[in-house]
Amino acid sequence: MSKKSYSVAIRDVIAEEMSRDDRVFIIGEDIAEQGGIFGCTRGLLEQFGEERVRNTPISEAAMIGAGVGASISGMRPIVELMYMDFTFVAMDQILNQAAKIRYMYGGKATLPLVIRGQQGVGRGNAATHSQSVESIFMHFPGLKVVMPSNPGEAAGLLRTAIRDDNPVMFFEHKILYNTQGEVNDDPDFAIPFGEANIVQEGSDVTLIATSQYVNRCKAVAEKLKQDGISVELIDPRTLVPFDTETVIDSVKKTGRAVVVHEAHKTAGPGAEIAAMIMEEAFNYLDAPVLRLGAAACPLPFNLNLENAVVPQEADIESAIKKVLYK
Amino acid sequence: MDQEKMLWIYRKMQEIRKFEERALLLFERNELRGSVHLYIGQEAVAATVCSHLRDTDYISSTHRGHGHCIAKGAELGPALAEMMGKATGYCLGRGGSMHIADVTKGNLGANAIVGGGVPIALGGALANQMRGTDDIAVAFFGDGATNEGIVHESMNLASVWNLPLIFVCENNLYGISTHTSQSTAVEDISVRAVAYDMPGETVDGNDVLSIDKAIVKAIERARSGGGPSLIECKTYRWQGHWTGDPQVYRTREEVKSWMEKCPIKRFEEYMVSKKIATEDELKKIEEEVIVQMDAAEKFALESPEPDPATVMDNVFCY
Ligand SMILES: Cc1ncc(C[n+]2csc(CCOP(=O)(O)OP(=O)(O)O)c2C)c(N)n1
Ligand SMILES: [Mg+2]
Repeated sequence: MSKKSYSVAIRDVIAEEMSRDDRVFIIGEDIAEQGGIFGCTRGLLEQFGEERVRNTPISEAAMIGAGVGASISGMRPIVELMYMDFTFVAMDQILNQAAKIRYMYGGKATLPLVIRGQQGVGRGNAATHSQSVESIFMHFPGLKVVMPSNPGEAAGLLRTAIRDDNPVMFFEHKILYNTQGEVNDDPDFAIPFGEANIVQEGSDVTLIATSQYVNRCKAVAEKLKQDGISVELIDPRTLVPFDTETVIDSVKKTGRAVVVHEAHKTAGPGAEIAAMIMEEAFNYLDAPVLRLGAAACPLPFNLNLENAVVPQEADIESAIKKVLYK
Repeated sequence: MDQEKMLWIYRKMQEIRKFEERALLLFERNELRGSVHLYIGQEAVAATVCSHLRDTDYISSTHRGHGHCIAKGAELGPALAEMMGKATGYCLGRGGSMHIADVTKGNLGANAIVGGGVPIALGGALANQMRGTDDIAVAFFGDGATNEGIVHESMNLASVWNLPLIFVCENNLYGISTHTSQSTAVEDISVRAVAYDMPGETVDGNDVLSIDKAIVKAIERARSGGGPSLIECKTYRWQGHWTGDPQVYRTREEVKSWMEKCPIKRFEEYMVSKKIATEDELKKIEEEVIVQMDAAEKFALESPEPDPATVMDNVFCY
């Protein structure tokens, strides 16, 4: 094990996979000399050269389209988007092309493409650069959706993503890049998709959280312990495929569930998860499943307003108390 | 160009310069949050182009938008307040540095999505054409933006519909760290106009007079129903892409050589040599702008934060 930041963990896995497999290459804006705006490709140009570490023009649709075409032509591209908000300018290539080709071609093409980049609040980037956009990609079948919450997960999940023969949307979080954590040094260390992590076991309530909210929920769970409330915290790690079993088993045990994420609450990941719990564990529930997500409001620039839109620790705490009727 | 216009352009360039310098200072003092893209070095473009525009002409701008917004009539106080996220800002603290807009002055908005503002100006031009006025629209964008498909779609459509739209590309040689030679197939972006059957011209973007000549022609054409034009202004940003940019992609010498081509100093020298204004008169304008800027800073700093209870206001407007 080594202690690494989230961004270094990502960089190292890209380097290891590029060393291991010549077909892996990376393209994106300012990823070469600059090493990426968030440093996730630092040093890769020096190590692999400009053939495999390619700066692109500001042309997201063409970049992702090139990734689609190269992947069905036998390469294993990684496309870095500076902000996952910019998927919106490349949506046709992601939703109409990448997501559908394997199925539409009768399973006769593989599409080993990773589209990765950061998203989320925390840096005062306002409405078009602070969104959490994952639920859109859950809605359309054919894409895997990954949400690493710490450096170790980022490494293990990214390796799985790069080795997967399907298109993977890999959502990093801007405020996690500098967080430190233990990373497994095994060059084959991979976390399978569809396996949730039970971050902390508990018996009173199941708390399901993604990305930066895993850390924030850990703190809340710690605090609630002092009030005698035992929280089982689950990090699904991948939203597609989703580890239904782990969540359902937990809910059967606790009888209560709260889902927390940064994406908008409306039609967000929590809507899907709550509905799934209701369908599969209705008889075990002692309270309605509660969802916490960003309000139905574009993300404001002002920090106080931003905090008013996305869930805060106090909101998580009161949601937990509410399902416990406390 | 008459003396009055020249002095207006000079004053606007000073306003933009002082505004940006102050913004940088405030950023360093942690009074500003987010990414701030400074326009220092490019002032001649916004000031000269906008000197020919009316409130009923539209512009759209970019992430590097403070200059365009000021030249199109934004007041310094509310603009700075917006960058501080204050309730008195142009967008009530919701938009920040990259989204300053004022539709009452024809500013359809700065835009944080590269290329995102270009079709919006196209829509402004379309509205003006449909209303049958001789009002026009200007889309400001960078060299990097010209590699986004939407900019090409907009150029084609403007030409097909013969819209009163002027594409003003500020080629400052870089999109973040990427030099145009790495990203852009042509050296002169103006040649891209040929593909859309409209006039294209490259001018020295640090020279008010060269920009003026080109823009006057393009505006006459647009106002008289002649259709769109593309003007490429070669210029340079003095600061990093954003505050905090390590600038590994360029040398100090390169930056210095462009600072020697300062557009404000150059215009000053021209006006003094042609006896349009004396050094003292220009100095006086600069001092007035500093006073104005001090007041703007005071206004912004003393302005209240928005009330979180109002956060959901204006998700929809009624
Ligand atoms: C669609 C999109 N892609 C990428 C970015 C990130 N980004 C912001 S500014 C910028 C560079 C823009 O370069 P240019 O158009 O030349 O303008 P300049 O910054 O030089 O003024 C990039 C890549 C963005 N905001 N939007
Ligand atoms: Mg540029």
